[in-house]
Amino acid sequence: MSQHVLDQFMFVALPYVCLFTFFLMTIYRYRMQSFSYSSLSSQFLENKHHFWAVVPFHYGILVVTAGHFVAFLIPRTLLAWNSHPLRLYVLEITALAFGLLTFIGLTGVIVRRLSSSKVRIVTSPTDWILFAMLLIQTGSGISNALVYPWGSSWFATSMAPYLWSILKLSPDVTFVTAMPWMIKLHVVLAFLTIGFFPFTRLVHVLVIPNPYLWRKPQVVRWYGRK
Amino acid sequence: MNIRSQVSMVFHLDKCIGCHTCSIACKNVWTDRKGAEYMWWNNVETKPGTGYPTQWEDQDKYRGGWEKNSQDKLVIKSTGKARVVPNIFHNPHMPSMDDYYEPWTYDYQNLFNAPEGADQPIAKAISMITGEDIDIQAGPNWDDDLGGSEIYAANDPNLAGLTEQQRLQLNSVERLVFYYLPRICNHCLNPCCVASCPSGALYKRGEDGIVLIDQKRCRAWRSCVAACPYKKTYFNWFTGKSEKCILCFPRLETGQAPACFHSCVGRIRYLGVLLYDADRLEEVANMPDNQLVEGQRSLILNPHDPEVIRGAQSAGIPDSVIESAQQSPVYKFVMDWKIALPPHIEYRTLPMLFYVPPMSPVIANFEDGLANHSMDSLFHGIDQSRVPMQYFANLFGAGHEGVVRYAMGKQLAVRWHRRAETVGDVDRATADRYLHEADLTVEDAEAIYRLTSLCTFEDRFVIPPMHREQAIEMIKDPYEVKAETGFGFVGGPQRGL
Repeated sequence: MSQHVLDQFMFVALPYVCLFTFFLMTIYRYRMQSFSYSSLSSQFLENKHHFWAVVPFHYGILVVTAGHFVAFLIPRTLLAWNSHPLRLYVLEITALAFGLLTFIGLTGVIVRRLSSSKVRIVTSPTDWILFAMLLIQTGSGISNALVYPWGSSWFATSMAPYLWSILKLSPDVTFVTAMPWMIKLHVVLAFLTIGFFPFTRLVHVLVIPNPYLWRKPQVVRWYGRK
Repeated sequence: MNIRSQVSMVFHLDKCIGCHTCSIACKNVWTDRKGAEYMWWNNVETKPGTGYPTQWEDQDKYRGGWEKNSQDKLVIKSTGKARVVPNIFHNPHMPSMDDYYEPWTYDYQNLFNAPEGADQPIAKAISMITGEDIDIQAGPNWDDDLGGSEIYAANDPNLAGLTEQQRLQLNSVERLVFYYLPRICNHCLNPCCVASCPSGALYKRGEDGIVLIDQKRCRAWRSCVAACPYKKTYFNWFTGKSEKCILCFPRLETGQAPACFHSCVGRIRYLGVLLYDADRLEEVANMPDNQLVEGQRSLILNPHDPEVIRGAQSAGIPDSVIESAQQSPVYKFVMDWKIALPPHIEYRTLPMLFYVPPMSPVIANFEDGLANHSMDSLFHGIDQSRVPMQYFANLFGAGHEGVVRYAMGKQLAVRWHRRAETVGDVDRATADRYLHEADLTVEDAEAIYRLTSLCTFEDRFVIPPMHREQAIEMIKDPYEVKAETGFGFVGGPQRGL
C-alpha cells in the first residue's frame, strides 16, 4: 500500500468512520438502552485507593481534553496568547502537569482494578481494551509534549486546520501527513477512541448532571401531570 | 394550603418478635439478584445494637441527612449543591461494602464432587462477588439478639447522653434487655436522597408519596447512598444503579399490602394514608430539634375536617383516597393517640414511618431472693424500665424525653386498664388513675387495645385505591402497561459495557 493511500485511510476514512459511529451509536444506545448509561462506579466495592486513582485521573483528563478543544476552537487566540514566551511556558507546563496527572491517575486506576479482586469482577474486557487505549494515548501525548515541545502553538497552526477540514467535509491532510509518526499515532488513536466511545463506559461523560445546580431540591412526579 | 396524600406506616415495636420474616419476604421478592445480594430493603436490628450498615446512626461517620449551616439554612450534610461537583468522582462519605457485609454462599457442589479422601468434604463459604473463599467477618444480622454485648450493643450511637450508671445497668445481668427495630425506607416528606441526586433520578410520587429511583436516569453518582441518614438507598454494584425499598408499589396498586407488611408474623405493621400540607414542609424541617416531632404532627391534617376535605378535593385527591385517610390506622396512632413517633427526626427528613416505642419486659421485684408480684408494682413505672428513657428519646424524640414519655405512659395505662377489665385483680380506681395520668379516656384505651391486639388484616392495612389505571390510560396503552407488570419498562437490568 502506498503512503498516499495509507494517509488517506488513516486521516480521512478512519476519522469519518469513527465520527459516524460515535454519533450514530451514542444516540442509538441512549434511545434503546438508556439503562446502560452509568458511570459504573466501583467505589462501593473498594474505597481505600479509589480516591487516589480516580480523582487525579478525572481532573487530569478533563483539563487536557478541554485544552485540546480550546486549541481546536480558538487557534488564533491561543497563538496570540503564546506570543509571549512566559505565557507559552506557563501554558505548556500546566498542560504537561495535567497530562502527567492523567497518566498517574490512569496507572492508579489500572493497578487498583488489577489488585482488588472485587473490582476485577466488575471490569469487563471492553474496560481493559479502553484502559490500554487510554494509557497509550496519554503516554504518547506526554511523549509528544516532551519530544516536540510548544505543542499548543503547532497544534493551533497545523492540527486545528486539519480537524476543521474534516469537520467541513473537505479533508485536507497536507499538514498531518508531514507529522512525525508519534504524533500520527496520537491522532489515529484519538479517532479510534472516539469511535470506540459509544461501546464503552465512557458514555457517562455525556450524562453529566448539569441541571442539578438549578433545580429545586425535591423532585415530585405526577402521573398524567407535567 | 397544598394538600397531598402520603401512604404512611406504623410499626408497633411492642409486638415485634424479631423473626425476620419481613426481611425474608422482601429479599425473596425484590433483592434476590446479582448485585443486590447484600441489600436488605427491609432489615430487623437488635437494639441496643449497631445495626445495618454498622452504626448507621453515627452521622459523624456517615454524614447522612440534613444539617443547618451557619446561615441557619438547611443543607445536605454529605454533599450539597456546591460540593457535589468537585466530589462527583469520589464521594467522600460513601459507605463501602465493608460497612455492610460481603455476601457469601457455600460451595455445595464440593459435597458431591470432592475427590475421595480421608476427611468428609465440606461446603466452604465463598464470596458471592468474587467466588473466592471468604473469611466471614460480618453479616446483615451479625449482632442479632446480642443486647448487652460489649462489642456490639455498647457501640450503639443512641447510648450517647446516658449516664455511666445507666450504661452499667443496661449491662447488668438482671436488667439485660434488647428489642427489635425493623426498618424499611421511611418514604420521607423531605427526603435527603431525592434532594441529593445530581441526575434527578430519585423522585417522590405525587399521588402517594412513595420515593423511587428512576433506574433509567440513575448514573451511579452515589450521592443518595451517602445522603440518606437511614442508609436505605443501596448501590447495586453489578448494574451500577442505586436501588431502594419501593414500598411494593406494584402490590399496593392492586390493593395488596407490601410483602413485609403482609408477611409480618407479629402483626406489628400498619399502613394507611395521611393527608399533609406540602406548603409548610420547609418551615417544619427548619424547626429546632425539640419542636420537630410536634412540627411534623402539625403538618398532618385531620381528614374529617370539612375544610381539609374541600382542600384535598381541590388539590385533585380522589374522594376514595380521602375516605381511606379517614379510616387510616396510622392517623389514629400518630395523631389521635400520639403514641407512634418518627425515628431520628433530628435528621430532618420528616420520615413517614412511625414507631410505637416498646415497653420493656416486666421486671420481677426481688425480696430476699424471691420474686414478689405484689399488685401495686405489677407493672413497673416507665422510669424503672430496663431501657433508660433517654435511650428511646435519642431514637424517637430527637433527644427529648417528653414525647416518648407520653407515648409510653399511654401504653402503660392501657395495660392497667386491660388488667382491671380482664383479670380483675386491679381495682377500677387504680386503672382510672393511670388512664387519667396518661391523658387517656376509657374509650381510647379500649381502641388502642383493639388496634394493638385484636387487629384484623383490614384494620391494619387501609390501602387507598391508587387509581393508576385511570392515570395510565391517559398516556399509555393499558395493554403495554400490563406487559410491563408495573415496572415501567421491559428488559433485564443489563449492566453497561
